[in-house]
Amino acid sequence: MSFFAITRATLEKDIRLEWRSKDAVNAMLFFALLVVVIFSFAFDPTAEESRRIAGGLIWVAFLFAAVVALNQTWARELRNQVLDAYRVSPAPANPLFLAKALGNFIFVAILEALMTPLFIVFFKLRALGETWDLLPIALLGTWALVVNGTFFAAMSLRTRSREIMLPLLLFPISVPALLGMVNATSAVLSGEYSPRVWIALLLAYDVVFTIACLYLFETVLEAE
Amino acid sequence: MKRGISILAVVTALLLSFALYEALIGAPTERTMGDVQRIFYYHVPSAWTAFLLFLINFIASIVYLIRRNPKTDILALVSAEVGVVFCTVVIVTGPIWARPVWGIWWAAGDIRLTTTLVLWLIYISYLVLRRFSTSGQTPVIAAVLAIFGALDVPLVYFSIWFFRTQHPSPVIGGGGSLDPRMAHVLLINWAAFLCLAWLVSWTRYRLEVVKREVEEAQALESLLEGSR
Repeated sequence: MSFFAITRATLEKDIRLEWRSKDAVNAMLFFALLVVVIFSFAFDPTAEESRRIAGGLIWVAFLFAAVVALNQTWARELRNQVLDAYRVSPAPANPLFLAKALGNFIFVAILEALMTPLFIVFFKLRALGETWDLLPIALLGTWALVVNGTFFAAMSLRTRSREIMLPLLLFPISVPALLGMVNATSAVLSGEYSPRVWIALLLAYDVVFTIACLYLFETVLEAE
Repeated sequence: MKRGISILAVVTALLLSFALYEALIGAPTERTMGDVQRIFYYHVPSAWTAFLLFLINFIASIVYLIRRNPKTDILALVSAEVGVVFCTVVIVTGPIWARPVWGIWWAAGDIRLTTTLVLWLIYISYLVLRRFSTSGQTPVIAAVLAIFGALDVPLVYFSIWFFRTQHPSPVIGGGGSLDPRMAHVLLINWAAFLCLAWLVSWTRYRLEVVKREVEEAQALESLLEGSR
């Protein structure tokens, strides 16, 4: 099978599984909803304050919610030794990683699409900058979270208390990406400065770590 | 080997005491900051030593992934541990100096301090991963994480650089020349700190080698017990 055939097969399987169980998406959605509600109680901001803090709140909520989905990524493959079967099969490792990362990207993107309106309602948001700039920020930011998240979830498979391990590995490395997302979003919301440099930073982060993940995933898969 | 460590220990003790004397009494007092500036002789050499150790960790991790030699893995582990200790010194002494000089403990927009903090966090997570990993493949996974951490450093640096342009932070005399006498004391301190780092790493390295030998022997013993 070609690279893309394997990627597509794995991705289709994951989406079908998720469509039937809806475990990850439901858990993420409810979690993010709770975060939004709690934040809105905790801060109860005016429209002006919201514009300043919303960028940070939104991405922190998405980051925490994404961890919920990311933790599920490989857990499913451990049951019935699916991962071992994959390891002994002649299929290369990278399509598997790419399919998992794309699957997570889709789940987190769905979450973002559903939660953003809620954020707008709860935080009385109205962007003063170019609203359409939010689209590349969201796409690049989400990929930045899931590409490393998927990779670190694979790394933490054979550790004790796996579910705690993932955020401990993911958050420190994600600091520059998080700064990028938050500041770019705040830039668009407040319209005070241009988000361009931050989008460039996110792009650089995505490129660097996508290459690193693809380069090193086989090592991790074989090691685990 | 043991003799080497003792000699290094003596040299380190002598150098450290001389460096302490030079930093506290020998070096001239800074005109505007006063005596508080002397913390600089601990802050800066610790930072350089920590960065050097992290660099060793990065190189050892790459070499480990290529050669799979357990010795390089031990080197990576030891350099990360000792590096975190020196990095902690940097992070603690930074605010102590910043408080009287800037008037605040911490400036999120300061590139060096914040980059060091993120680096510290990354290496703590590296050590946590090593501690929590249960499989025999810990070295491989840890080496991969070390490479990710190293790739992150320039990104962290530039992200804080951009951050600073929007969030004003105290102006730090980046330019300006260092009094040759101060530079001299700084270098003596660095030499002393390097010796200390070397001594600690060496001892820790030997400890880890022995620990692994003992673990292997115990595993072998229990295997033999089982087969009896």
